[in-house]
Amino acid sequence: MSKNTDSNQFRKVDVDEYDENKFVDDEDNGESQVGNLMEALQAVLKNPPINTKNQNVKDRAEALVLKVLSAFKSSDIEKAVQSLDKNGVDLLMKYIYKGFEKPSENSSATLLLWHEKALSAGGVGSIVRVLTARKTV
Amino acid sequence: MSLHQFLLEPITCHAWNRDRTQIAISPNNHEVHIYQKSGNQWVKSHELKEHNGHITGIDWAPKSDRIVTCGADRNAYVWSLKDGVWKPTLVILRINRAATFVKWSPLENKFAVGSGARLISVCYFESDNDWWVSKHIKKPIRSTVLSLDWHPNNVLLAAGSCDFKCRVFSAYIKEVEEKPGPTPWGSKMPFGAVLAEFGGAGGGGWVHSVSFSSSGNRLAWVSHDSTVTVVDGTKGSTPSQLKTEFLPLLSVLFISENSVVAAGHDCCPMLFRCDDGGSLTFVSKLDLPKASITRNISAMERFRNMDKRATTEDRNTALETLHQNSITQVSIYEGDQSDCRKFCTTGIDGAMTIWDFKLSSHCDLKKVECN
Repeated sequence: MSKNTDSNQFRKVDVDEYDENKFVDDEDNGESQVGNLMEALQAVLKNPPINTKNQNVKDRAEALVLKVLSAFKSSDIEKAVQSLDKNGVDLLMKYIYKGFEKPSENSSATLLLWHEKALSAGGVGSIVRVLTARKTV
Repeated sequence: MSLHQFLLEPITCHAWNRDRTQIAISPNNHEVHIYQKSGNQWVKSHELKEHNGHITGIDWAPKSDRIVTCGADRNAYVWSLKDGVWKPTLVILRINRAATFVKWSPLENKFAVGSGARLISVCYFESDNDWWVSKHIKKPIRSTVLSLDWHPNNVLLAAGSCDFKCRVFSAYIKEVEEKPGPTPWGSKMPFGAVLAEFGGAGGGGWVHSVSFSSSGNRLAWVSHDSTVTVVDGTKGSTPSQLKTEFLPLLSVLFISENSVVAAGHDCCPMLFRCDDGGSLTFVSKLDLPKASITRNISAMERFRNMDKRATTEDRNTALETLHQNSITQVSIYEGDQSDCRKFCTTGIDGAMTIWDFKLSSHCDLKKVECN
């Protein structure tokens, strides 16, 4: 009898999503401490999306790396680079140059700082490897 | 170290005769110039003009005293000295692109030519028809062959090419030699068979130069991604790669079973050690720059600089290394591949330098002395 003839879609809406005061749990909660930043760097440089052809995966990885790199304080950058092994420095260089390709407001400045430290650790050889790498990050 | 500046043109390639009294060089043109050592000077004694294109490779067979040259004109010539004149014999390589590299085999009964036609031409002399015949190695080379080296058994040939790979082929020619015995690289060796293939996967750059050690068990190559790699055939086939922090190296040479000298765009020869476990480490640069003394520039120099260079600063644009431009070839000057005492480098700056080692009893490089 009182059949609902209108759309039922409103039942599928999650009202809480639209609440302005909703608490968003920050995923990067622990990263603002220095110790965790180092681990964050190691974690983000593990398993780079080199073999995938999916551009989205690569973009997301790159954005994450950029976020971690920007979170470092300038004085900590050198220590962070020292903690990487040879392959890590090469990978870092690849991300730095990838970041240069699409400059945003502050990214170039931090990337240049990282570039200087990575260059002293990896030498021009690491840059040559970025240029000759056939599978990009 | 003694440097000799030939001309201002780059030296594309060079080759020594057996007793190192003569050197054949190509000054980046269609000719080969042979210089004879007289006292401390080098005097030009012959000019070999036959090629129509730039000479890309020269090799001088020490025992039979024949020179083979190859060039961008897709030809190779074998030169023999008759009555004080070098006479060329054309070798039909049957390639449709430039030749890039040439090397006599250890027994000097054949030579191999690498080319841009994605193949290697192995040539031997057929005495019935009195001419040189060439056989091609094509598969699976996908790009220009940049460099070759023969194994001491006269049959195996290592090739580095622009398809990022280094391969070991068999260049067994039944007309000129006996069947070879088994080697760590393989035992079945028909002509053109690939016995080993390295490199490529993932990274890698063009393989500029390859070198077998004197025993033939080790193979080293340098590639354009600034790496040096050594593989030991007796210890399985996992190559040991060293990523250097220098500009790419262009030429590599074994100077003992455990040491490798390489030089390239950094204008400086470098020494690497390969230990018994097969892992490669960088030892040192062999060009120790003299400590530059900064002194106050005199007034006369200041005015001279103003006239010559329109500047008053004391800006020295010369490099610290002996060579002022990239080194393109390293060769043994004294000794042989198992124990080299002196080696020679030539480069794009037109200079030829002879380097001297003193090796200690542990075969460790102790110091490099000036000549």
